[in-house]
Amino acid sequence: MSVASAASRPALAAGRLAAVVARRWAVAVALVAAWEIVTRRRGDVFFPPPSAIVARMHELWFSGPATRLWLTPAATADLLPSLGRMAAGLAGALLAGVTLGVALGRSPRTLAYLDPLLQFGRSVPPPTLVPVFVVLLHLGTTMQVTSIVSGAVWPILLNAADGARSVDPVQTDTARVFGLSATDRLRTIILPSALPKIFAGLRLSLSLALILMVFSEMLPGTANGIGFQLIDAQSRSDLPTTWAAVALLGILGYLLNTLLLGVERRALRGHDATRGGERP
Amino acid sequence: MLQIDGLGHAYAGHPVLRDVDLTVRRGELVSIVGPSGCGKSTLLRCVAGLTAPARGTIRIDGRPVAGVPGGLAVVFQEYGRSLLPWLTVRDNVALPLRRRGGTRAQRRAAAASALDAVGLAAVAARRPWQLSGGMQQRVAIARALAFRPSLLLMDEPFGSVDAQTREDLEDLLLTVRGPEMTILFVTHDIDESVYVGDRVVVLNGSPAGVVADLPVTLPTRGEQIATREQAEFVRLRAEVGRQVRKA
Ligand SMILES: Nc1ncnc2c1ncn2[C@@H]1O[C@H](COP(=O)(O)OP(=O)(O)OP(=O)(O)O)[C@@H](O)[C@H]1O
Ligand SMILES: [Mg+2]
Repeated sequence: MSVASAASRPALAAGRLAAVVARRWAVAVALVAAWEIVTRRRGDVFFPPPSAIVARMHELWFSGPATRLWLTPAATADLLPSLGRMAAGLAGALLAGVTLGVALGRSPRTLAYLDPLLQFGRSVPPPTLVPVFVVLLHLGTTMQVTSIVSGAVWPILLNAADGARSVDPVQTDTARVFGLSATDRLRTIILPSALPKIFAGLRLSLSLALILMVFSEMLPGTANGIGFQLIDAQSRSDLPTTWAAVALLGILGYLLNTLLLGVERRALRGHDATRGGERP
Repeated sequence: MLQIDGLGHAYAGHPVLRDVDLTVRRGELVSIVGPSGCGKSTLLRCVAGLTAPARGTIRIDGRPVAGVPGGLAVVFQEYGRSLLPWLTVRDNVALPLRRRGGTRAQRRAAAASALDAVGLAAVAARRPWQLSGGMQQRVAIARALAFRPSLLLMDEPFGSVDAQTREDLEDLLLTVRGPEMTILFVTHDIDESVYVGDRVVVLNGSPAGVVADLPVTLPTRGEQIATREQAEFVRLRAEVGRQVRKA
């Protein structure tokens, strides 16, 4: 193999990657461009052009000093509390959902008895419980986090139960034969078996948590958060800021989902070939 | 060591085993052969305490089996599914040893030597699903051997390996067995049942019972070709074959 071809290979790969990215984003870019043109022509105050929205996002949140990761004080004041509530809510939902779900999945009879109740709980549209929590817990972070947990727990719980129930019986027999302790069974058989399902539930829960985070922040009496920004800008008829908050939420959802997919891929890497797992 | 009296089992009203009587002494290696589907795996499951038999009793050291007896190891017929895909081969072999105590280093050393014995030292860090079927089967065997069980149940443990490896594994089994290890060895290979067993028990019929219980008395043992050439070996093989084929 010649030196020249070896040297050009990374460049070639980079070029191919750029081509793939360009193709994937071409449609989105074209649509945004069209949106820009139309909104500029119309000059409608309710529909500012994307460039104005991006400018507002930059001005509001990302024009801070480099030492603070370009975040403005407003960003830290609104983004961080929102993210914090979401993280706390998701963590609570994950803990409760996995614990209850695995316990239920391992006791089929209890699961059968509780199934109607679980289906009911899952079917209640999550935001409808928020007013209840407002009454019970008053406004504030506890109420917001509780709201997030109450909505986000269901997909994790039901998926974890399903995953824990469908452990391969040969693996269960193996554990019995070799007398594995309860902790070893949980750690080496039940949780890993349920993990793909738990991640599937977590992805659903992530979007629910985002919805509930915003919704609970939009209630009167809230003092910060992206939801608060959104409702506050709307009350001031500040359309660019309203749109900026919407766009920010979209980007946030996209980034968090991408992050979760990355974590999932890493966590399930050892799982097996039937999932198309390549050699690590 | 092991005493089975009047064992009977049925799946959903469909009888599989009937009146199985079998007594096995400590340290004995008993081959169990029989036509496919006659109930060999069911018999092992009952002995392992994984399936409660419909009738009859199983005693180990005089005590009736209720649940899984201690000191038991099983090489399942579904060997591939019995390995945990998210653990490395080494961790799969070492996992049952946690109950035996010892340090992590000791467990890893025991796992390594068992893997070495089945010729898999090189793949210890891989995952089971990265191995061939025959290699997975050897991992399951290594896991059982590393456990140093007092009762070892093997369900067609050499079914997926090539002829040469199979002979090596048969000889390995004869080397590792000791006066403290009682072995039930299910196989569908008649030659193999005679080669490894102290006795060959033939299950047959529907529902199946013990139709023959033949002691294997070979003048010399241990070398594959010479052993299989002996007149006594040939006679036993023919006898077992007749009993298996008997409708
Ligand atoms: N879980 C089960 N439910 C219902 N029937 C079963 C079950 N397991 C086995 N059987 C039936 O019991 C009979 C004996 O099965 P078993 O697996 O013990 O046979 P085997 O002798 O091990 O066969 P092979 O040599 O093919 O492994 C078969 O007819 C099978 O269909
Ligand atoms: Mg079988």
